[in-house]
Amino acid sequence: MFGQILFAIMALVIVVTSIGVVAVRNPVRSALNLVANFFALAVLYLFLYAQFVAAVQIIVYAGAIMVLFLFTIMLLNLGSPSELSERGEIKRPVTWGLALLFVIVLAGGVFVRLGKAQPAADDLGTVQMVGKFLFTDWVYPFELTSILLLIAIVGAIVMAKRRL
Amino acid sequence: MDAVPISWYLILSAFMFAMGVTGVIIKRNPIVIFMCIELMLNAANLAFLAFARQQAQLGAQAAGQVYAILVMAVAAAEVAIGLGIIVAIYRLRDTINVDEMNLLKF
Repeated sequence: MFGQILFAIMALVIVVTSIGVVAVRNPVRSALNLVANFFALAVLYLFLYAQFVAAVQIIVYAGAIMVLFLFTIMLLNLGSPSELSERGEIKRPVTWGLALLFVIVLAGGVFVRLGKAQPAADDLGTVQMVGKFLFTDWVYPFELTSILLLIAIVGAIVMAKRRL
Repeated sequence: MDAVPISWYLILSAFMFAMGVTGVIIKRNPIVIFMCIELMLNAANLAFLAFARQQAQLGAQAAGQVYAILVMAVAAAEVAIGLGIIVAIYRLRDTINVDEMNLLKF
């Protein structure tokens, strides 16, 4: 019962802040909504026995990536939010309606087909367990990810330099 | 927290994903569009972790969490490159409104 109440609170925070990211006009407020969303999501990861992923979520997403977003917003200094304001057009209500329909259809399918959670192993989600699988079964994707990050670093440097 | 069924997490994930898609379609500020992409990636992560809890073997349960970590690494790389592109475009054109971006090469 306690778990369900806590889940309901976190789900409410996630729903409100997800809508907030899209509905708010000021990009800084969108970013703050996203930070709150990520923190609530980290709590849900703890519920799912993913302690290490929850810690990484807070460090990488709520820390590093959101700082990068806020830095870029401040750097570009877009001034008043009305500069990039959306004109009234048919696209917006249609998109909101389609999103709602998507959620309803998916929710129906999920309720029909899915069972219950399995018992978790004692060390599920710890750093030792995730690290063991990351460096044995998943070492090839892990190395590919490191190459991807290297490419991203080189790309960012190339774009930052005015001329090579 | 075994009292919460997997389907609740998946419906929450579907809602987050739908909000991300909505934002990508209706927003004109590319920075906010990137935030909405982050929202979609996090929805996928939540679904990965929820499905991992449905598996019986430890290897399959761990695979969901490893997937989530790899998705986070890809998201970090994507944000670094994407925000770099936005800053480069702003330097060239003094605006980042996506409606005015109609060329692939300047």
